[in-house]
Amino acid sequence: MKSDSSKNKITEILISAPTLSWLTVFFLIPTIMAIIMALRPSNPYGDLLPGWTLENFKTIFSPIYISVVWRTIWVSILSTIICLLFSVPVGYYMARLSEKFRKIILFLVIVPFWTNFLIRIFAWKLILNPDGLIHKTFVFLGIIPSGGSLIYNTGTVILVIIYTYLPFAILPIFAAAERFDFKLLEAARDLGATRWLAFLHIFIPNISKGLMAAAAMVLIPCLGSYVIPDLVGGTNSQMVGNLIANQAFVARNIPMAAAWSTLLMAMILLPLGLILCVKILLDKNKD
Amino acid sequence: MKYKSRFSKYVTWLVLFFFYLPMVVMTINSFNNSKYGITWKGFTLQWYIDMFNNPKILFTLMNSLIIGVTAMLVSMILGSLAAFCIHYYRTRLQLFHNNLILIQLGVPDILMGMSLLLFFISIHLKLGLLTIFFAHVTFCISYVTMVVLARLQNFDFSILEAAKDLGASWPVIIRKIILPLLSPGIIAGGLLAFTLSIDDFVITFFVTGPGSTTLPVYIYSMMKHGNPTVVNAISVFIFIATFILVFFTQKLTDTKKK
Repeated sequence: MKSDSSKNKITEILISAPTLSWLTVFFLIPTIMAIIMALRPSNPYGDLLPGWTLENFKTIFSPIYISVVWRTIWVSILSTIICLLFSVPVGYYMARLSEKFRKIILFLVIVPFWTNFLIRIFAWKLILNPDGLIHKTFVFLGIIPSGGSLIYNTGTVILVIIYTYLPFAILPIFAAAERFDFKLLEAARDLGATRWLAFLHIFIPNISKGLMAAAAMVLIPCLGSYVIPDLVGGTNSQMVGNLIANQAFVARNIPMAAAWSTLLMAMILLPLGLILCVKILLDKNKD
Repeated sequence: MKYKSRFSKYVTWLVLFFFYLPMVVMTINSFNNSKYGITWKGFTLQWYIDMFNNPKILFTLMNSLIIGVTAMLVSMILGSLAAFCIHYYRTRLQLFHNNLILIQLGVPDILMGMSLLLFFISIHLKLGLLTIFFAHVTFCISYVTMVVLARLQNFDFSILEAAKDLGASWPVIIRKIILPLLSPGIIAGGLLAFTLSIDDFVITFFVTGPGSTTLPVYIYSMMKHGNPTVVNAISVFIFIATFILVFFTQKLTDTKKK
């Protein structure tokens, strides 16, 4: 019996080994290396110097850069909230459709989800172009001055972030809404609840897991945004991702790029830990 | 009584309009005879001709395909193995294995790109197709594992016990039972991996070297510095390819349910 279980253990280790070693070499070690590299000193030319330092983190928290960190946080939170506000009605609507229409709408939501995101960002540059209809209408209505621009500002960055990540929010909410028993809403209505009250107190708590997944699916990539501010943002809409790329490609200062990466990791782990805590609490309440 | 919420219906159609408006504008503009901007200046096929006459597009597409196919195959094997042992052995090692894959799934592209760049530089590996391949397999593994794991949820393991009792060896069990039953999941995971690999820009941008430019990296450089009109024409092709790919994947997951 014992030899059988130890033989089992060997087979287990043998078939786990390929992925475990691949992810250790190409994911765990590089991540740890980035954190260690953030503690290495460098001169202004980006050359590595011997020894250890916290100087890189002091630079991050200097007044010039801290505004970028704040912008990254508020842009991501605002975009996530707007995405959720749109996804809940869409998920609700899709879940109540007949099988056939549901499949069609689902298909229409999935296509942008799979479409190359560079192209989807670039399309907005076309739409908001100063020659475009939207720009001309806005100038005509006096919303923007004739010399003004609809692109290269933080508002456009938020718009394009929402456009890019909205499908990521809709899919988990739809999946949760699909499992929801809509008879519960009718029961609540029969018992005298208003439609809004029933929606808020019955539907929302029942899809909370989907909401949480959707929030994580949008918030995390948002915090790591780089291409969107790079293509449609201006100098005043840079995010942490741009600073990482800048340090890596322009300044060629690898320790600084690593320090920014480490900060971004912390920014992601914090809300993720929070979401996990809420999830554990919710699960406990259910038991 | 089927549904009463008009509000949710309007929001849904608004969202779909929002999703497709940029694609429609881009498609129309790909036939627009105006070099800059989007004012209509007459019909042209010039940008499509430019596209086919640009050898760099074909070259970078070939790079993308080479990496897409190889990363897909390797991640299909690794991901299926991972899903199988996570599901079959519920030990502490597998808990770690599962968490490693989940965390990897949650890491933003830019962090993966940055840490891989750092890693490749420090082990003195020359940046090129090989480093892109390593990076792509790394992020594809997690997706394949998730898709195959979902498929394993309704996999009846007593079949394996039965086969073992009847004297089947592991190679026979794998070939005759596990692979046929899991193949829709493995293929769906592979398709996802292929799409992710072909589409990836951020991670590739960090680990690419001279001569190994992929199509998205080239498209990005055209958007920033080159000719945006050709980008429109390429985009239309990518839209069509995506539509077809999603259609087939949907078909695949449909038969899975039956």
